[in-house]
Amino acid sequence: MNVPDDLKYAETHEWIRVDGDTGTVGITDHAQNELTDIVYVDPPQTGASVTAGQAAAVVESVKAASDIYSPVDGEVIEVNESLSSEPALVNTSPYEDGWLYKIRLSNPSQLDALKSPDDYRAQIG
Amino acid sequence: MTTQPRRTVLFDQQKALGARCINFGGWDMPVQFTSIIDEHLAVRGTCGVFDISHMGEVFVSGPRAFDWLQHMLANDLAKCPVGGGQYTFLLNERGGVIDDLIVYRMADDNFLLLVNAAKIDEDVAWLRKHSSEGVTIDNRSDTMSALAVQGPEAARIFREVFQTEMPARNTFIAMEKCRGAVIAAGTGYTGENGFELFFANSLAGDIWAAVLKAGAKPCGLGARDTLRLEMCYPLNGSDLSPDRTPLEAGLGVFVALDKPDFVGRDALLAQKAAGLPARLVALRMTEKSPPPRAHYPVLVDGQSVGETTSGALSPSLAQGIAMAYLPPDLAKPGQTVQIDIRGRHFAAVVEKKPFYRPSSARAA
Repeated sequence: MNVPDDLKYAETHEWIRVDGDTGTVGITDHAQNELTDIVYVDPPQTGASVTAGQAAAVVESVKAASDIYSPVDGEVIEVNESLSSEPALVNTSPYEDGWLYKIRLSNPSQLDALKSPDDYRAQIG
Repeated sequence: MTTQPRRTVLFDQQKALGARCINFGGWDMPVQFTSIIDEHLAVRGTCGVFDISHMGEVFVSGPRAFDWLQHMLANDLAKCPVGGGQYTFLLNERGGVIDDLIVYRMADDNFLLLVNAAKIDEDVAWLRKHSSEGVTIDNRSDTMSALAVQGPEAARIFREVFQTEMPARNTFIAMEKCRGAVIAAGTGYTGENGFELFFANSLAGDIWAAVLKAGAKPCGLGARDTLRLEMCYPLNGSDLSPDRTPLEAGLGVFVALDKPDFVGRDALLAQKAAGLPARLVALRMTEKSPPPRAHYPVLVDGQSVGETTSGALSPSLAQGIAMAYLPPDLAKPGQTVQIDIRGRHFAAVVEKKPFYRPSSARAA
């Protein structure tokens, strides 16, 4: 499974790419592979506050609806509109075109509690 | 008490093919191999094979077997000749569904009941509790395996594997020679042409491999569920329950109220006279929405009128589909409703069943 070196990871299989005070959030290659066939993405609303470890979005495969937990606290500044018509981008491009939402980080120190690529690789074996 | 999920004899072969498994009715079963959508479309377009060894095979035989089953089952067994199969119900005294099943008439006095995996113990206990002289109940679920091969190419695959013609819909043949003792039935749960095979566990590996070699795609229970839902075939435990009758489920055609007597008949007659409290309807989403799933509230004008019993994104239609019990005055094609999905309301409409009409299925 692809685990890019420039991202931080949550134990619940989300990633975050940090650029200054903004973070882009998605689900990992491992997560999309486990979920398979993603057919619908319910993103958070722009302007909403998301909290580390709390459900921020829902990703639905044919079989099940899965909560996606925010890796850190923040305010949603953008959601990936293209997932509305092409939810399978989460399967085909989990780290690029299939990102879920962007936040303005409100508590950047929380990033330290996330996993490094090596730790996440060890977690998923 | 927790019990380990059980495995069919094909478990290792399926794992080797990449099966992802879930617990279904106490069994560790493949939910998919590659993709539920791909497997679903393979059954609609070519052919797929499902391991259904978790389902129960219960033989009922003896000089009183016919009369006794006529009393225990809701459909009219007199209309099922030797060599035929019939969809029917085990009902409780209230007319509620204990299980839905297919009965195959092996001989005048010998019947095979194919029952749901999660209901084997309950069905057998119910049958034994009501058993009578001259009836032998033989639960062979542990020693028998079963496969369902479904799709437009099923007839070709049957010829390739067994060197004979596939049995016609709702009939079966008992074969001995080709690969051992195999019961092959023209039945299924997908709406497509196809067949189901019942045989001793020892034959499973060979038959599974032969069916794959002939071109059937291995499919899991995920596709089985979306396929059956497109056909509005009920799933017991979801769309059927001990508190709902086959009349409410719209399956009255499989209930022979003209039989003089069977378990649940009085309750069904009373319900029919009083009017049905609800009807199971097919709902199609009419706006873009998350996939509907079981236990979502159904509303009309903001008022709750029921909840979904099953739901999915239909891979054939690329639309959300569901079933729900609604009050009879709302259970009419064209009725608009809303389905509450995580607090948001999405428009849906009551459709005529089924959602999908397979191109391969023979005229009934």
